[in-house]
Amino acid sequence: MTATEFRTLFQNGINKQNAGLVQLLGLCPLLAISNTLVNALALGLATMLVMVFASGAVSGVRNFVPHEIRIPVFVLIIAALVTVIDLAMHAYVHPLYLVLGIFIPLITTNCIVLARADAFASKNHPLHSVVDAFAMGLGLTMVLVVLGGLRELAGQGTLLSGIDLVFGENAKQFVLHVLPHYQGFLLAILPPGAFIALGLLIAAHNWNQARIEHRVRAAVPAAA
Amino acid sequence: MNGLFKAALRNALRTGGILFAFAVVATALLAYTFKLTQPSIERSQQAEKLALLSQVLPHTLYDNDLLSSQRHLPPDPRLGTRQPSAMWVGRRDGAITAVVLEAVAPEGYSGDIHLLIGIDIRGGLTGVRVTRHNETPGLGDYINRQKSTWVDQFTGKSLSTPSRGQWGVTKDGGAFDARAGATITPRAVIKAVRNALDYFSRNRNMLIALPPAGQASPAKEKTDDDSH
Repeated sequence: MTATEFRTLFQNGINKQNAGLVQLLGLCPLLAISNTLVNALALGLATMLVMVFASGAVSGVRNFVPHEIRIPVFVLIIAALVTVIDLAMHAYVHPLYLVLGIFIPLITTNCIVLARADAFASKNHPLHSVVDAFAMGLGLTMVLVVLGGLRELAGQGTLLSGIDLVFGENAKQFVLHVLPHYQGFLLAILPPGAFIALGLLIAAHNWNQARIEHRVRAAVPAAA
Repeated sequence: MNGLFKAALRNALRTGGILFAFAVVATALLAYTFKLTQPSIERSQQAEKLALLSQVLPHTLYDNDLLSSQRHLPPDPRLGTRQPSAMWVGRRDGAITAVVLEAVAPEGYSGDIHLLIGIDIRGGLTGVRVTRHNETPGLGDYINRQKSTWVDQFTGKSLSTPSRGQWGVTKDGGAFDARAGATITPRAVIKAVRNALDYFSRNRNMLIALPPAGQASPAKEKTDDDSH
């Protein structure tokens, strides 16, 4: 694997083909869980973990799976992996499981996992597939974190609330009360707030892309 | 035609066989993981339940193994339950000191609010916790002990204090505070707690005489540490 390939995979995952902003895949958990920064980050990391394992496994068996039954086999692999992670978390990191418990099985239904398995991992070497899954997961996590941070800030005026559920009671001091005496803005926390915030993020991303393209186009005649 | 049919059949059998092989491997993997994690999962679930129970029942009130004291109660409108619910019995030096009831407040703003209610033998509340709810985040979710101390005001109350008419939110002339903007939620919780107290006072003798549900309790050594 060359450095260029590596860079291309990351550019695609984080920017050009970002799962949340460009491909618009896996929006159900993205919208449901992004009401606070901690929730969003936790779900993003869990999704990333599942994607890396699923892509690696799918890529490893890609030569044994006939084309007609690839989707059921991939779904089977993803569901089994998610269940294994779910059970392992339940058994060994129970406090974290209590926070994330309901989101983990949801990852099975996240179409970005299946999309990467089918579109990339089933046609590429395991190493490339794992890097691709990592980059895609990272891109999704970044969108989730921004979305979660925005919604939490607008909705409750805090950042990192609920961090004590992950790191114990002592972590309460890490909660940032960015806007003191904030009355709260319920819309931001409820599902419509997720759609509005994601819409704004997509608009910002598109605007940025258009600006870059415009600049490139403007630069070409000058160079020639 | 016959050759085509044979080829299709062979292909179907081959893909079916491969799918089956994947299913077998995945099932084996899941069965193995389940076997491996089950003891830890059970232990953490018991510990979690015990931690919740000890929030509604002060340690000074009991010295028995709460988890093995579980009884099953039939559904009852006063408990708001439509399915059998659980009850735990606290004993100190062999005598029953308190019970913990599962109850449901069916009149929440968005659906059922599940409660765990500790009641001492004289009918006083030792603690109330909301275990599951769907109330609006930021508005009605202050009934959750992790969000606010609102549920703490139930501790020490009973059917007679405050008096019957005072069992409501301050807005309705009652004795319980409620946050502005969300009175449906606390109304539902207060009503459910009162109904549970009512249930206990009516069925006290029956409840105390109930035989245990016969549950094995792997968390026994945990409670022993807590007692005395």
